[in-house]
Amino acid sequence: MNLESMTALELGAAIKKGEISAVEAAKFSLEQIDKYDRKFSCFVTVQDDVISRAEEVQKKICSGEYISPLAGVPMGIKDNMCQKGIQTSCGSRMLYNFKPTYSATAVELMMNAGAVPLGKLNMDEFAMGSTSETSWFGATRNPWNINCVPGGSSGGSAAAVAAGECFYSLGSDTGGSIRQPASFCGVTGIKPTYGSVSRFGLVAYASSLDQIGPIARNAADCAAVLGEIMKQDKRDNTSVETRGVDLQAVLNADVKGMRIGIPTDFFGEGLDREVAAAVEAAAKQLESMGAAVEKFDMPIVKYAIPAYYIIASAEASSNLSRYDGIKYGYRAENAADLLDLYTKTRSEGFGMEVKRRIMLGCFVLSSGYYDAYYRKALQAKALIKSAFDRAFEKYDLILGPVAPTTALKIGENLADPLKMYLGDIYTVMINLAGLPAASVPCGFDSNGMPVGMHLIGNYFDESKILGAAHAYQQVTDWHTRRPAGLNSIQTI
Amino acid sequence: MVITDELVTYLEALGRIKLPEESRAKAQNDLQEILQYIDTLSELDTEGIEPMSHALPLTNVMREDIVQPSAPADEVLVNAPAKKDSYFLVPRSFE
Repeated sequence: MNLESMTALELGAAIKKGEISAVEAAKFSLEQIDKYDRKFSCFVTVQDDVISRAEEVQKKICSGEYISPLAGVPMGIKDNMCQKGIQTSCGSRMLYNFKPTYSATAVELMMNAGAVPLGKLNMDEFAMGSTSETSWFGATRNPWNINCVPGGSSGGSAAAVAAGECFYSLGSDTGGSIRQPASFCGVTGIKPTYGSVSRFGLVAYASSLDQIGPIARNAADCAAVLGEIMKQDKRDNTSVETRGVDLQAVLNADVKGMRIGIPTDFFGEGLDREVAAAVEAAAKQLESMGAAVEKFDMPIVKYAIPAYYIIASAEASSNLSRYDGIKYGYRAENAADLLDLYTKTRSEGFGMEVKRRIMLGCFVLSSGYYDAYYRKALQAKALIKSAFDRAFEKYDLILGPVAPTTALKIGENLADPLKMYLGDIYTVMINLAGLPAASVPCGFDSNGMPVGMHLIGNYFDESKILGAAHAYQQVTDWHTRRPAGLNSIQTI
Repeated sequence: MVITDELVTYLEALGRIKLPEESRAKAQNDLQEILQYIDTLSELDTEGIEPMSHALPLTNVMREDIVQPSAPADEVLVNAPAKKDSYFLVPRSFE
């Protein structure tokens, strides 16, 4: 059995049939981590209870307690989701020793479905960044080219799937943090509609935008994960009831008759020529499969980044005020008094990007500037939402690039925050509007780095997005290609 | 909008952080650049547009007020950097 090329659903089916045990699958993933993680640094913590958990899961699969199609499949979890007793550091010194006393709802739901968690995946500090370089634990590398970033902030979650260290992972997306790394690493990821996955136990960055979602090898695997975690949760008051994701419907979907809109403003200045070509080719492919593809104007695009950075930083400055060195996490020594303890702890515990966003957030919320910045950004947000509402009157899906470029070189944008922010142009507006959107592999540039296409749907249309992605993946093989550096065949 | 050294100091105070001396100048410059870019938003006509905090219509979520045990103190205090008995320990804040 060639485990290295298997999808999560294929592995889940093999476990169910008894062709392989959950324990063997877990051992395989641990071996993969052992083999590759020194190179890519995807994991910040590997759990020491993986095998015992796999044994327990195997028993419960046999007894019929775990019936999920993903039962027994090893998963990775982004380091900003609480997991009881497991270090959850958010890529920050501030939480270097934090062991939550409870688990995030999304993690709990996957556990109830028989998931075998392998450990915690690296990320930009507090999910602030697009390269996974701002982590206090060091940078994660892109499995397609070790000198490139995996994207961020869920860089570990995307790179671990690309490297075959886990079969799927949970990531979180505040301004593109699932989709952009999925695009950079040649894997499939989806940010669901805001409110459809509980944020309980997700360390908060910008609460009105944060959303948990899966990263996997293909759209079907993403649908299977979403099927487990899209549940309304009393512990998150912004969580809503959804119609969930119907895996069978996704597997049976086709794009015939589907109306797909392409915003011309997504193809403006700054978009890499090769990325544009790959996305346009994907549009042609969908057209040849029976979709009606049409271009339309969406001039509001240029205001998305300013609005996003105002709103996200404002919420971050408030959310991160909880880190004071008293209740948990890092605490500075030799403080003269309480205020000095706060300031020293936060100055030593937070990295530069986090400090920058806290300061920016304090600025846009401060007296005298609130109306010109924060209030204005919320108005822009309303205009962005209504632009999408109008588009979805005409189209089933909106298609474009996920990011203006393929994966950047390590260090390329680290010294220039504004340049890094500009890379988020296509993704942040989706979070502002609260819409679901996926990144689907659709080609490679001339350096062999993956390109992702962005499939954006209307509220609660996760099944439609993943159905179209699945249909596309039935006739293309971008998502099945593996980085050349990895051993191609591994049988047990 | 010009980011002055005084404004940087004010924002540090609001955020309860202190930038390392050697990165202050760069931080000031970065903030200036970011703000300059963000200022493009002022071109956008938002006359009469209601600010939107949530994209989806949310109604107040109510639940029964049922007494439930809170998290056990000793479990929570495991993560405390400093503690005494069942309390968080902080520097003296009153004289």
